Amino acid sequence: MPANFAPSAADYLRILPEIIMTVAGVLIMLLEGWLGENKKRNLSVQTFVAFAAALVSAVAANGNPGLSFSNMLIVDGFATFFRVLVIAVGILSLFSATQYLKREHAESSEYYALLLFSVTGQCIMATANELIMIFIGLEISSIATYVLAGYLRDDKRNNEAALKYFLLGSFATAFLLYGIAWIYGTTGSTNLSTIRIALLTPGSETNVILAGTAAALMFVGFAFKVSAAPFQIWAPDVYQGAPAPVTLFMSAGPKAAAFAVFLRVFMTAFGPITSRWEPFVWSSALLTMIIGNFAALMQTNIKRLLAYSSIANAGYVMVAIAADSQIGVAAAMFYLAAYAFMNIGAFAVVTHFSRQGEKFVNVEDLAGLGWKQPVTAALFSIFLLSLIGVPLTGGFFGKFYIFKAALDANLVWLTVLGLLNSAVAAYYYLRILVVMYMKEPGEATLSLQPVGVGIAATLWISAVGTLVLGIFPSVVLNFATASSALVK
Amino acid sequence: MPNAVPLSWYLILSAILFGLGVAGFIFRRNIITVFMSIELMLNAVNLTFVTFSYQFKQVDGHIYSFFVMVVAAAEAAVGLAIILTVFKNRSTLMIDDVNSMKY
Repeated sequence: MPANFAPSAADYLRILPEIIMTVAGVLIMLLEGWLGENKKRNLSVQTFVAFAAALVSAVAANGNPGLSFSNMLIVDGFATFFRVLVIAVGILSLFSATQYLKREHAESSEYYALLLFSVTGQCIMATANELIMIFIGLEISSIATYVLAGYLRDDKRNNEAALKYFLLGSFATAFLLYGIAWIYGTTGSTNLSTIRIALLTPGSETNVILAGTAAALMFVGFAFKVSAAPFQIWAPDVYQGAPAPVTLFMSAGPKAAAFAVFLRVFMTAFGPITSRWEPFVWSSALLTMIIGNFAALMQTNIKRLLAYSSIANAGYVMVAIAADSQIGVAAAMFYLAAYAFMNIGAFAVVTHFSRQGEKFVNVEDLAGLGWKQPVTAALFSIFLLSLIGVPLTGGFFGKFYIFKAALDANLVWLTVLGLLNSAVAAYYYLRILVVMYMKEPGEATLSLQPVGVGIAATLWISAVGTLVLGIFPSVVLNFATASSALVK
Repeated sequence: MPNAVPLSWYLILSAILFGLGVAGFIFRRNIITVFMSIELMLNAVNLTFVTFSYQFKQVDGHIYSFFVMVVAAAEAAVGLAIILTVFKNRSTLMIDDVNSMKY
């Protein structure tokens, strides 16, 4: 424990992205009240500037990596990777939200402030090196997202989504906290490195059992947050009921951040007791893939379908965690980046297509989109093909690295079953393509307006991201591999 | 302290409280009661933190319990607001009536 508790300038520079976004969020809330309703001023530009500044400072912070604030936070390659990823997700969801809010006549800047707060929480999660910081970051992110999920107060589906997300999210947090309390009781610390050292020292059998129990409780909390089976039940309802741009955001940002802490905690702090948690992650991964893919086969609502697809994708990342190796960590990082792009793209199409009040959210409504708006349909096809895992897309290399990591770890059965699962998944993604290109345009397609600027930006950036990850995977993969050796 | 209550009793109490919270969350049907069950779980966590903190003669656990309380308060503010909007739109507080998305 350092004698001097006063943080240095370097400490503040390392959390500059969080500071920028928090200050910007507070200022936006103040400005909103100050400008008043009648001015109809839109603060999305200011939000974008804040996100861009945070992105730059997150990248810059990587130039001076290290521990800060009495070892509570850590800036390393891993943290930088996830900080950049969640801020990018924030920017993309900002682009698609501006247009959505105008369409639903709900233009208020609270949305942007909440988005900033949520991303701040996720950045704290990415940099946290201490269980209480993880908890605080998780809650900052979650509470803001609960409000976002119920953003249109008078919409019944929004209410329901927010309620379910809130109740089950808090329930999961309680489990996570109880796990933190027990690991604190077992090892006398909440610092990840100290816990690791405490678990490495040969101790009594009781301590190992207690640490295992704590790991199990924390696993429940994390599994809820990443929507891994058997704790995935909330995801379809919440993803379906929440506003489309919010679904876009929460299926990528909070999930990536939750996986970041999942990886960091289980690879560093709980590294010494791998044999105790690995079977659980293994079976959860398998169950998640099976439930996600087979339930998605039966969906007619496209948001619900993509929700199950998102569950299945969490399963693939769990496979990488079960591999419990550096390659596994790098594969999970790569996959989460690829997944963020392709999923955001798919949900941006849904946001665009659903129209005011989200009237058109069935798969059948998309009939003939390929003829009415060829460009949108082509971009959507890229995202769907990437979700299937077709070569030249980010999804292909993501799956490839994950299953390679699993094979290297001798998880042959998990690999085989995972690959069979991706084959099943191809069916429901291809069904969307068939509807888009092989069916006569219906009422929903014919009344479609041209794509607006915001959503077009989201679509193009996501498409470029998906393709770049598919054609030049080494750029991102090298960075992921270099930073996959977590500080222990 | 010869006559002090053993620490393990506090831990057992906190485990029972946590279990009651989980049971309440799963079996109760009123949204407010479900929410109260979550608060009960968080209080069980606080009790665990304080117990261990006392055992280690550290101040950390006490501080953590304050963090938990602050976050629980923030969560309650948002949660009750969400519950209010649900009640305004549906005039019900029964959790089984809030399931428009099953088909």
